Amino acid sequence: MLVHATLDFPGWGDPNAPAHLHVAPEYLEQAYEKTATPNVVTAVLADYRSYDTMFETAVVFSAGLACFFLLRVQSRKKEEEEEEDRYFRHLATDMVIRIRTPSMHVPDSPYLQQLDPYWTPRSLIVRAACRVLTPFIQLFALYVVAHGHHSPGGGFQGGVILGASLILVALSHDLRTSMKMTPEKLMGVLSPAGVLIYAGVGALCVAAGHNFLDYGALAEWLGTAPEAARSLGILFVEVGVAVCVMATMIIIYANLSSAGGHKQGL
Amino acid sequence: MESITGLILAKYNYWMYISLMMVGLYAMIAKNNLVKKIIGMNILQTAIILFYISIGAKKGATIPIIMHSEGHGHEAVHAVQYINPLPHVLMLTAIVVSVATLGVALALAIRLYARFGTLEEDEINDQVREAP
Repeated sequence: MLVHATLDFPGWGDPNAPAHLHVAPEYLEQAYEKTATPNVVTAVLADYRSYDTMFETAVVFSAGLACFFLLRVQSRKKEEEEEEDRYFRHLATDMVIRIRTPSMHVPDSPYLQQLDPYWTPRSLIVRAACRVLTPFIQLFALYVVAHGHHSPGGGFQGGVILGASLILVALSHDLRTSMKMTPEKLMGVLSPAGVLIYAGVGALCVAAGHNFLDYGALAEWLGTAPEAARSLGILFVEVGVAVCVMATMIIIYANLSSAGGHKQGL
Repeated sequence: MESITGLILAKYNYWMYISLMMVGLYAMIAKNNLVKKIIGMNILQTAIILFYISIGAKKGATIPIIMHSEGHGHEAVHAVQYINPLPHVLMLTAIVVSVATLGVALALAIRLYARFGTLEEDEINDQVREAP
């Protein structure tokens, strides 16, 4: 039935297909003049359809929130009830200590390393290669965010690459190390902060007397032409999107890989 | 004969997406394992994303990044030269939604596994029926 329906579809790559005839040519022909953003996809995403993208960011945030509540909250309760045996390795002597009393507090010390009962260390080559690669991946992610106006890229893509570079740390070392680098609380603040940056830029436009998310309003404060202000406004909201996506990726990964325990990852 | 090859060349992309979509739909309905259902859902989403992207294609057109140079303006933009940006924008957001749904679905699967000790749907149903 679906195959039969395709007989009425326009052929592949047909420039006169109905999808290309209504609003799309206007975007293509006017986006550069009105927003000074050569990448039309970015211009449409963050300017013409900025409400859509703002709530998209909110969807990402609420997905991270859902993972947190589904996995993390439950496992915290369980953690309080039954504490498993904990293992510590003394780095100088390589002795391993097992602690069976849950109430005993072990202070953080540079001489002791907490071990996970099931987790096995990665090989040195994998760890070293990932350590060298990670900063370059992060630099590329920042480039993708900042250069999204002139080349393929933008907030979502850059945020995902940034999040993936931090997940690579968690995969190549262990989850404990990566949770020290990206603390849960910081990520929990950054994720809604991204949405707030986006909505805040919109609110600034209202404060300047224009419509919500009408970046042309920022021209006076930035001291530029309205077109350039639109371009900068797009950059601001893309940064907000990137921050939110990165934090949410890490929250989702950390909760999924350890079933909410944040102890031993994959 | 000529018209049939023309028809296949013009429409085969849609048929690919239809078959991908059916694979995903079958996995979602018929498979018993919840993780396989989630994979089926992702295949279905991918099929729809590919479908939209292929709608955006135009013969002989380039990516929707306007040619520009500093200083001396730019030539008039003809929409025929650039592929349609709108499906790309819509699918960019659809990809994000699919990641979000995947994360939440996997989190739910982990909770179910912790509760019932299995991911097979019929076994979970049996356990739910036995314990009122």
